[in-house]
Amino acid sequence: MTTTPVPVALNTFREAVRDRVLYNLIFFALLMMGAAILVGQISIGIDRLVIINLGLASISLIGLVMAIFIGVGLVSKEIEKRTLYSLLARPIRRWEFLLGKYAGLLLTLAVNTSFMTLGLAAALYWVGRPLVRADALVLVAVYFILLELALVTALALFFSCFSSPMLSTLFTLGIYITGCFAGDIRAFGEITENPAMKTFTRVLYYLIPNFHNFNVIAAASHGERIPISLVAHNTLYALLYMALLLVAASAVFSGRNLK
Amino acid sequence: MSRSGQSRLRSTALVAVALLFILIAGLQRRIDSDMDSLAQQSDDLLLRSPAAIQKMSFGYDSLLADIYWTRTVQYYGSRFTVKGATFPLLWPLLDISTTLDPHLLVAYRFGAVFLSESGTAGPGRPDLAVQLVKRGIASNPDEWQLDMDLGFLYYWRLKDYQSSAAAFLEGSNKPNAPPWLKVMAARVAQKGGSLETSRMIWSEIYESNQDPKIRERALETLRGLKAAEDEVELNQLADEYQKRFGHFPTSVGDLRSAGLIQAIPVDPDGYPYVFQPDGKAALDPESSVIIPKEIKGPPPELNKTHS
Amino acid sequence: MSTPAIEILGLTKDYPIGFWGKQVRRSLDALTLEVEEGEIFGFLGPNGAGKTTTLKLLTGLIFPTSGTARVRGRSIDDIGMHREIGYLPEQPYFYDYLTARELLDYYARFSNYTSRDRRERVSRLLERVGLTSAADVQLRKYSKGMLQRAGIAQAILDEPQVVLLDEPMSGLDPVGRYEVRDIILELKRQGRTVFFSTHILSDAEMLCDRVAVLAGGKLQGVGAPGEIVSLEVHAMDILFELPPGYDVPPALRKSVTRIGARCRLEVPEAELYTTLDELRRFEARILSVSPVRPTLEDYFLRLVGERRADSHGVEASVR
Repeated sequence: MTTTPVPVALNTFREAVRDRVLYNLIFFALLMMGAAILVGQISIGIDRLVIINLGLASISLIGLVMAIFIGVGLVSKEIEKRTLYSLLARPIRRWEFLLGKYAGLLLTLAVNTSFMTLGLAAALYWVGRPLVRADALVLVAVYFILLELALVTALALFFSCFSSPMLSTLFTLGIYITGCFAGDIRAFGEITENPAMKTFTRVLYYLIPNFHNFNVIAAASHGERIPISLVAHNTLYALLYMALLLVAASAVFSGRNLK
Repeated sequence: MSRSGQSRLRSTALVAVALLFILIAGLQRRIDSDMDSLAQQSDDLLLRSPAAIQKMSFGYDSLLADIYWTRTVQYYGSRFTVKGATFPLLWPLLDISTTLDPHLLVAYRFGAVFLSESGTAGPGRPDLAVQLVKRGIASNPDEWQLDMDLGFLYYWRLKDYQSSAAAFLEGSNKPNAPPWLKVMAARVAQKGGSLETSRMIWSEIYESNQDPKIRERALETLRGLKAAEDEVELNQLADEYQKRFGHFPTSVGDLRSAGLIQAIPVDPDGYPYVFQPDGKAALDPESSVIIPKEIKGPPPELNKTHS
Repeated sequence: MSTPAIEILGLTKDYPIGFWGKQVRRSLDALTLEVEEGEIFGFLGPNGAGKTTTLKLLTGLIFPTSGTARVRGRSIDDIGMHREIGYLPEQPYFYDYLTARELLDYYARFSNYTSRDRRERVSRLLERVGLTSAADVQLRKYSKGMLQRAGIAQAILDEPQVVLLDEPMSGLDPVGRYEVRDIILELKRQGRTVFFSTHILSDAEMLCDRVAVLAGGKLQGVGAPGEIVSLEVHAMDILFELPPGYDVPPALRKSVTRIGARCRLEVPEAELYTTLDELRRFEARILSVSPVRPTLEDYFLRLVGERRADSHGVEASVR
C-alpha cells in the first residue's frame, strides 16, 4: 500500500488550517450553539429536541459549505496556480495525488466536525441534562453526516478535475440537492401515469447519490433507535460511491494535459 | 502515460464504475427497507410546525406543498399494506401541505376520507378530518366538493345527521353544485342514516374524486354496502322461509329450491351468500367484501363530534 | 556507448484548437534528440518554439501525441523515471502559505529519508541557494529572484542524475545569474546532466557543451555552440579611411557605414580581394581586415526572421 498520498493529505490539511477557514467556522458553530442554548431556555420540555435539531443541522450545513467550497478547488486551484508542476515531476502518481488531496480535506472536515460535536455535547450538558444513553444516537447522526460530507467532497473533487470552480460548485450543489429529494422524485414519478417518467425517476433514484439515506436527525432528536443494519449499509454505500467517484476522477485526471 | 496506457486505464475505470453503480443500486434497496423501519420519517426541514416551514420556504411554498403532498401519498401508501401500521404523521403531513398551499384541494379531500378512517386503514381521527375540511372550505369558499366531504364526514363517521344535512345544503348553494346535493340534504335531514343514502354518498365520492386511492376506497365501500343491502333482502326471505318451513334455511340453495329466488345470489366478489345458524345471511368467509362497520355499530361517542 | 541521459524520439505534440477541436496546432514536431550523460545541454529558441512543451512532456505534465522519450533508459511513462529527474518549471509558483524550509521538507517526503537526513538535506540546500536567512519566511513574501532560488533548490533536492531547468536565469539579477551558473557547473562536476532552456544566449555559449535550437516546434540544429555558428557563411569586415575629397565607390555606397572619417564594410569572404582592389583604386587607406565572427545571436535573429516570414503556413494545418 502506497504512503505517497500521506504527505499530500497532511499538506492539504495544513493549507486549510493556514487559510483560517477552520477558525471562522468554529466561531460560527459556537455562535449557533449559544443560540441553541437561548432557545432551550424558552421552550421547556423540548429544549433537548431543539438543541439537537439545530446543532446537527448546523454541523451538516457548515460541513457542506466547507466540503463544496474547498472541494471544488482541490485540483483546479493547483492547476490554476501551477503549484502542481513541481509536485507532479516527482515520483508521485496522479491518483496518489488525488487521494492525498481528498484525504486531506476529509481530515479537515473530520476535525471540524469533531469540534462542533463537542460543542453540541457541551450545549446539551449545559441545559442541565445528564448525558443519557439516547444521546449516543447523536453520535450516529454525526457519523452519518460525516459519511454524507465524504460523498459530497468526492463529488466536488471529481468535478474539480476538469471544470472551473464555479461550474463545479453548481454541479456539486445540484447533485446534492437532487440527492436530498431523490425519494420524493421517485415517489412523484410513481404517482404520474407516464411510464417513461416512472422508469426515468426510478433509474435516477438508484444512480444518484441518495443523501436522504444519511438523514437521521429526526430520529436522533426523538431518541429513536437507529438500526445497526442501516449504519452498516450506509457506511458501505458511502464507501462504494466514494470509490466510484475517485476511480472516475483518477481516470479523468490521469489523462489530463496540464496547461 | 502512453496513449495505450491511458486508454487501458479508461476502459478499466469504466468497467469499475459500472460495477460499482450496480452494487450501489442493490445497496440502496437494502437501505430503503432500513429506512422504512424507522418510524420517524426524517423531515429534511426538521420542524413540524407548518408556520415555521412556511417561513423557511423562501417563497417556494407551492413547490414545498407539492413535495409534502407527494410524501403524504407515499407515506399513506407504504403503511397501508403493513399489518398493524399506525399513521401518526398523516395529519402533520396534511396540515403542512395545506398550510403551504391552501388551495391544494386534493389534500383536503384525501384527508376527509383517510384521516377519519380507523383500524388499519387510517389514524381514526374524524375530528381532525373535520378540522381540515373546514379550513379547506374557508380558503376555498366556492368549492362544493369540500362541503360534500364535510357532509360525508358528519354523516358517515360521526353520524351527526343534522350537521351533515347542513353541510350538504351549504354546498348546494355553491357555483356549479350538482342538484343531488339538495336532495341529499333533504334525505339526511329527514331519514338520517340509511343504506341507500350511504350508497348515494359513496357513489358521489367515487364520481367526484380523481385520486385513485379514494376511488378504490369508494368502490370497496360500495361493494360492502351492496352486500349489506343484499343481506337485508336475504334476511327477509329467510324469515319468509322460516314461516313456511318452520326453520331457517341453511344455504341460499334452500331458498331457490323453495322457489323464493330464481338464481343464486352472489356477493360483489362472486361468492354466494351463506346463512348462519341463527338464520341471518352473511358473507362467505372467503369473500374479500367487507361490510363497513359504520353501518353496523352505534355512532361514536359524542365528545368526538365537537368540531 | 553508455545510455544517453535523455533520448527523445520523434516526440510530437498537437493541441486541438477551434470550437470542435478538429484543427490542431502542432507545438512540437517530431523532435529527435540525444543528451549525453554528464553534459550541460542548452535548449534555445524564440518564444513559442516548443521548449517548455518539451520539458513538460519529459516531466509527464502533458502527454505526447506521438513519439517517445527516455531518461537514463527509463521511459517517460514509467513513474520510476521521476526519481532520476529534478525539474524547475518556468515561472515557478509554490504554495505561498509555506515557508521555503517547509516546502523543501514537504517535497523531500516523497523520497525515503529519515527525518534527520531530511532536515539536514533541506538546510544544506537552503544554504546552497542562499536562502538560509529567509528560510522561515512564507513564500508569499518572496521576491521573484528568491522564488527562483527556491525553485532551483527543490529541483536539486533529491540529487537527481538529470536536472531539467526551464529558464533558470529568469528573474535573477547578475549576481543571481552568476550563482545559478555556478550551481550548474557544480552539478556537472558531480557528474550530473543538466538540460536547460534559455533565452540568454551568452549563458548558453558560456556554459553549454552542446546546444539545440528549436523554432516553430522543429529542431533547427544541434551541436556545440561553436559548431552551430560555424555553419554560417563567414564574412570579412573591412575598416578603411578615405582621403579628403574622395568618396566611396558607387557600387559599394549602400553597404558602407560611416563612422566619422572611417568607413566599415562587410563583404563575403569570396569577394574580399576584389573589394580591396576596388577600394585601393579609390585611394582608400585600409585600416583593418578581420573575419566577422557571427554569434549565436545573429544565427538566432536570422532564424527568427526566417520563421516570421513563413509563419503563415504553419498555424492551421487540418488533421
